[in-house]
Amino acid sequence: MAKLPESASQTSGPYVHIGCVPEFAGLERGYQSQLGTSLRADLMGDPITVRGRIIDGMGDPVLDGLVEIWQPDGAGTFHTNGRGFGRAPSHAETGEFVIETVMPGAVIDQNGTLQSPHLALWIVARGINVGLHTRAYFSDNVADDDPILSMIEPTRRTTLIAQKGSNGYQLDIHLQGENETVFFDV
Amino acid sequence: MSKLTDIAPRDFSLHPPRIAPDYRSSLSRGPIHKPIGFATTMTEATGPTFGHDVLGPNDHDLLINHAVDGGSAIGPRIMVHGVLSDGDGRPVPNALIEVWQANAGGRYRHKKDAYLAPLDPNFGGCGRVITGEDGSYSFRTVQPGAYPWPNGGNDWRPAHIHFSVFGMAFSQRLITQMYFEGDPHIALCPIAQSIPDAAAIDRLTARLDMEATVPMDIRAFRFDIVLRGRGATLFENQLEGT
Ligand SMILES: [Fe+2]
Repeated sequence: MAKLPESASQTSGPYVHIGCVPEFAGLERGYQSQLGTSLRADLMGDPITVRGRIIDGMGDPVLDGLVEIWQPDGAGTFHTNGRGFGRAPSHAETGEFVIETVMPGAVIDQNGTLQSPHLALWIVARGINVGLHTRAYFSDNVADDDPILSMIEPTRRTTLIAQKGSNGYQLDIHLQGENETVFFDV
Repeated sequence: MSKLTDIAPRDFSLHPPRIAPDYRSSLSRGPIHKPIGFATTMTEATGPTFGHDVLGPNDHDLLINHAVDGGSAIGPRIMVHGVLSDGDGRPVPNALIEVWQANAGGRYRHKKDAYLAPLDPNFGGCGRVITGEDGSYSFRTVQPGAYPWPNGGNDWRPAHIHFSVFGMAFSQRLITQMYFEGDPHIALCPIAQSIPDAAAIDRLTARLDMEATVPMDIRAFRFDIVLRGRGATLFENQLEGT
């Protein structure tokens, strides 16, 4: 079949919340169904919460960002019809995003290799020209020989691991700087 | 069982660089490190899909979907339509497309947009559609206005509509912008010009489509979208519900 050049990416700009989470952006007449708001209700598994902020190269929190989540259920099975898809917008004053979901199960990939439980994350905001793919693993639920983490130099691996605390898991996304998050070309 | 396929590598020569110095916001928000590639796994080869049942009756009609008391948004009435396909030329059916935009005066309905142009009480500025079996989509709206923005100079965005597009795989996820044929601001815009390939900018530029234009009613603009193609069959999976 004909090869077509892919459409170029452009920044989401500062108002991605209007388009993707209009109710969160304060639009009075939202949609009858808000997509990405029911991860925990849609998936079988143990409830968890992941909190964090997107931090820019000046050390400031990004206030206009959106984190999208894609994950399997607690047994490691991916679903259809929007189940397993989540959206966590940056809070307009604090920048905090909150992911209320279930602990994903380990995923068996095509070679029979086991991937440690993880959330696939996709991040957009003003100033991000191409949406950023990354992952969140869990500090108390990660294997030393995970096939993806093993590819990454140990000093940067920690940027992908949500740390368990008394208030759930914590993971900041650093766009630049000493702790720049590992992003993927996938 | 459904067959999962590999996703073709992204062609970075068709996309803006992570840091495009003329677009100031990217200076502190574009990652410095190159992204790390790895062979597609189940996680990226799958992705969220949505049924037509998630849509409300007016989600595709921005002329009226936020209007009060039977009103309609102010501005040039337009219909935007096209086909979503992948890099192998296959139409992508049942894919969600979300759009957002400024009103005809160039003002967003957002508490952080303080531009002089007034809000339109009958215009919200967001809508969504799901592609048909042939990958086609269409929605109605008003043509958005150009607006000024802080980038260190006298910068004005060309009229544009923001598009969020889902494919079959999470790795195909795309956000982009649609411009309008003939707009002199495209050549002046640091965001549009962050794309290093002139033909790629041109492909984000919608064309006036007189054939689909409805006489005495609404002008049509044509905008086709292409997601990354697929590679070889990756593996059979146990995706539930397929
Ligand atoms: Fe915009």
